[in-house]
Amino acid sequence: MANVTLKVNGKTHTVDIDPSTPLLYILRNDLDLHGPRFGCGLGQCGACTVIINGVATRSCITPTSSVKSDITTLEGLSKDGALHPLQQAWIEEQVPQCGFCQNGQIMTAKALLDKTPKPTDAQIREGMARTLCRCMTYYRIQAAIKRASQQIAGIEPASDKKEVVA
Amino acid sequence: MSENMSGEEMTTFTKIPKQVEEVLEKCDLSTSRRNFLKSAGLLVVSLATGVANQAEGAAQAAQAAPGLYPDPNFRQLDSWIVIHENGTATFYVGKTDCGQGTGTAYRQMMSDELDIAYDKTSLIMGSTHVTVDQGGSGGSDGVQVDGWPMRRTAAEARRVLLELASKQLGVPVDQLAVSEGVITVKANPSRRVTYGELIGGKRFNVTLTGNNINATTGVAKVKDVQDLKIIGKSPQRYDIPAKVDGSLKWAADVKLPGMVHARNVKPPVAGAKMISIDEASVRDVPGFIRVVSKGNYVAVICEREEQAIRAARQLKVDWQKPAAPAFPTSEDLFKFMRAAKPTSSSDPNVEGNPDAALAGAAKVVEAEYDFPFQGHTAFSPAHALADPSNGQMTIYTNDMKSYGMRNGVAEFLKIPREQVRVVWMEGPQAYGRTAADDAGFEAAYLAKEVGRPVRMQWTRQEETAWDSKGPAFTFKMRGGLDARNNLVAFDYLAQAADYNHIGYNEQDTVLIAQLMGIRRATPASGGGDGPDDMYAIPNRRTAIQVVGMPMIWETPLRTGNLRDPNGPQVTFAAESFIDELAVAANADPVEFRLKLLAASTTDDPAFKRARSIAVIKAAAQTYGWDTRSSRKPLGAGNILTGRGIGYCFRGQTVIANIVEVDVNRRTGHVWVKRVVCAHDCGLVINPEGLRRTVEGGMLHALSRTLHEEVKFDTEKVTSVDWNSHPSLTHLDTPARIDVVIVNGDPNPNRPDLPHYGAGEASCKPLGAAVANAIYDATGVRLRRVPFRDARVLAALKSANVV
Ligand code: FES
Ligand code: FES
Repeated sequence: MANVTLKVNGKTHTVDIDPSTPLLYILRNDLDLHGPRFGCGLGQCGACTVIINGVATRSCITPTSSVKSDITTLEGLSKDGALHPLQQAWIEEQVPQCGFCQNGQIMTAKALLDKTPKPTDAQIREGMARTLCRCMTYYRIQAAIKRASQQIAGIEPASDKKEVVA
Repeated sequence: MSENMSGEEMTTFTKIPKQVEEVLEKCDLSTSRRNFLKSAGLLVVSLATGVANQAEGAAQAAQAAPGLYPDPNFRQLDSWIVIHENGTATFYVGKTDCGQGTGTAYRQMMSDELDIAYDKTSLIMGSTHVTVDQGGSGGSDGVQVDGWPMRRTAAEARRVLLELASKQLGVPVDQLAVSEGVITVKANPSRRVTYGELIGGKRFNVTLTGNNINATTGVAKVKDVQDLKIIGKSPQRYDIPAKVDGSLKWAADVKLPGMVHARNVKPPVAGAKMISIDEASVRDVPGFIRVVSKGNYVAVICEREEQAIRAARQLKVDWQKPAAPAFPTSEDLFKFMRAAKPTSSSDPNVEGNPDAALAGAAKVVEAEYDFPFQGHTAFSPAHALADPSNGQMTIYTNDMKSYGMRNGVAEFLKIPREQVRVVWMEGPQAYGRTAADDAGFEAAYLAKEVGRPVRMQWTRQEETAWDSKGPAFTFKMRGGLDARNNLVAFDYLAQAADYNHIGYNEQDTVLIAQLMGIRRATPASGGGDGPDDMYAIPNRRTAIQVVGMPMIWETPLRTGNLRDPNGPQVTFAAESFIDELAVAANADPVEFRLKLLAASTTDDPAFKRARSIAVIKAAAQTYGWDTRSSRKPLGAGNILTGRGIGYCFRGQTVIANIVEVDVNRRTGHVWVKRVVCAHDCGLVINPEGLRRTVEGGMLHALSRTLHEEVKFDTEKVTSVDWNSHPSLTHLDTPARIDVVIVNGDPNPNRPDLPHYGAGEASCKPLGAAVANAIYDATGVRLRRVPFRDARVLAALKSANVV
């Protein structure tokens, strides 16, 4: 066990832990940050994603001792009580089914948009390819990312998903 | 060190940290929901005033209600609806929401009947001590069946409130109007009284009638369709904001003082016998508490989660392999099934004389299809937290059938069910009999053993390998066309590897019970299904057999309900075969189906035949279908494009899918780039919610069609994670999905349809639509799921399409 200091969502925490413990368990169990979620523990699904140094990072395979920079979790995306445009778009598109994967989807999309503010459809698909959803909400996720990207660029977003009633 | 344990004082005998007892003692019983249900008079309900977070409300309710847990009485109006002094209402229903937004739909239905604004209401679901037992979720019947007592009780509450207002205002009920929780005198709207003023915080004390919970009713009638205001609108789902801002507390997040962490240690091969455990192998793990084992069930418990993970990996257990192989390999599965002696064969359903019709047919088409075992592989591995405080047992779970878990755990642990409660909270998708059942029992068993709250968490590998499976199927079909290409005979045989199918939360079939050596005298017989279509085929035989694997207990190939049980398997085969017949008849596949539907004019009570014609036409029109046979020259270039249709019903819901595929003839890769779905589930409660549920169901089916197969050697499942068990990804997502809501029978003289189920129907016809589209693109018929690149490429090569 050793004292490890982490800066998460702007707050500093010191925890007495086994420093090799994957970051995910420290965030969830010691810091009560439940945005990041356990889906595989193998780096394969994205459920545990946090952002470190602008990079979407899978906290389930990240030893806590290796983290030297500030960490942002889903809880830290909103600013002054206002949701991030991605979160807003997620609500407007009504993306989640069960929602368990959506931390991974939103955090991965955040890192994607930070790097590529106006992604093409192909860039969205590629950028999100390794972030899984078992309720298969991919179609709405992709629409929400486009919506958020337009929102950030100041364009009035229009859902490109056509809907028909007979 | 984590803060939950440091400096905690323990009580001597129970090892329950003092703090828990204090929390329990501090509860003011007069404010608890349970007490509200029990006692009379003016009370304040502590939870869920206004629009409260549903899961948190349930958790709070659990915290506030120690002691025994009698069942909320479904014949009391107060069990369903509470009106608060501020004019808001809380609804209590015995259902759970697996992510399809059914909670929002229930709130809409009850708000509408009560005549209160939707946003002035909240909903508590599925926690056994505070909500009536509607069985939790399953069978897509929440809106279709359980929605009715919800509507009737809300209508009854509205009626009672009008009577109270009539007394208070001294005006007969028929001279009163009600809107959004405010009752006014029609002749003088300034005279008004609100629901909150009439009964806020007080009991209705109204007894309802009905032989069972589904029949629960008061005196009031539900509204006619044309009077509905909130049903049919699309308010946003109330649960979504907390799911995107990280504030929701899920079942996986509950943390109790003194809580410890458990991991299972599963047998390395199916049927292995535990010989000995070397506990010394984990004594050096910090925080190690105990190894618990009985029979072949083994678990480790540690103070912290990462410690339990380490101990589970490190524990040395001596296992003895069984003498005989547990099952054939997944490569040999279908050969094995075809040769196996069935454990049961139901009497075939026969119409006309299929053998004679086939013998006299101008053309006979024969085909065999195979569908592998598939898993739920929930996005989060199974988990549960069980708290044994005060000699009770509280289980926090996302299991969709919380009531069943309560009964099962009570029987399994041999404790009175009044001492067990199950608090339902949100979790990963629960499309059927998932391992959430198993984890709940395990947590409860371990909590009882160690006398502390135990959090059980399965690993990814455990979930993927050991979760219950949808049964594998083989099919053999023959069809006969007469000289004018009419389908005159259809002979269908399905074999399902479904022997010893497990139910929900059964104390004698949950995995921990099986591993402990508990055996039910008669294994469940299991079953298969025939096609669900409304085709008029004069000579038809539908035969179903069940076969078993060599090992039926303690097996990772145990079968249980997986979303739309048997539907994707059966419909893949049957609707592929109908397409093969259309090809043999050189007919357009849409026209061929419409002709089969129009061949009869007899209508069933739900007009399913007429509605089938309507959905197929709506799908074809939306897609822009041009009439032609799938017999066509092969396209040029690497990408071959085709379109295909699949149709069926599920219960009373009727559905048609049309898809367009790109098949890469160099790689075998299939991309379903467009999906059209025409869907008729009667009266729609929330159209936007419905669209998303239908999309999710179709893409789940697409994942099962393109990727999913449980692989195994003769002793263990080898599909254990997202690499060895691939699932649909963002790359597979169609570029366009159109969901057409077809509302009811096109005949205006028929009555309005009620609300039917929609959670599973859209899983059903998609696989066949994809197979049919691949045929249309390539002329190659794929008769075995899944269509991974290598299998498609091999099929293209053997047909010289490459
Ligand atoms: S939980 Fe970390 S990638 Fe799956
Ligand atoms: S919304 Fe359920 S796993 Fe993605």
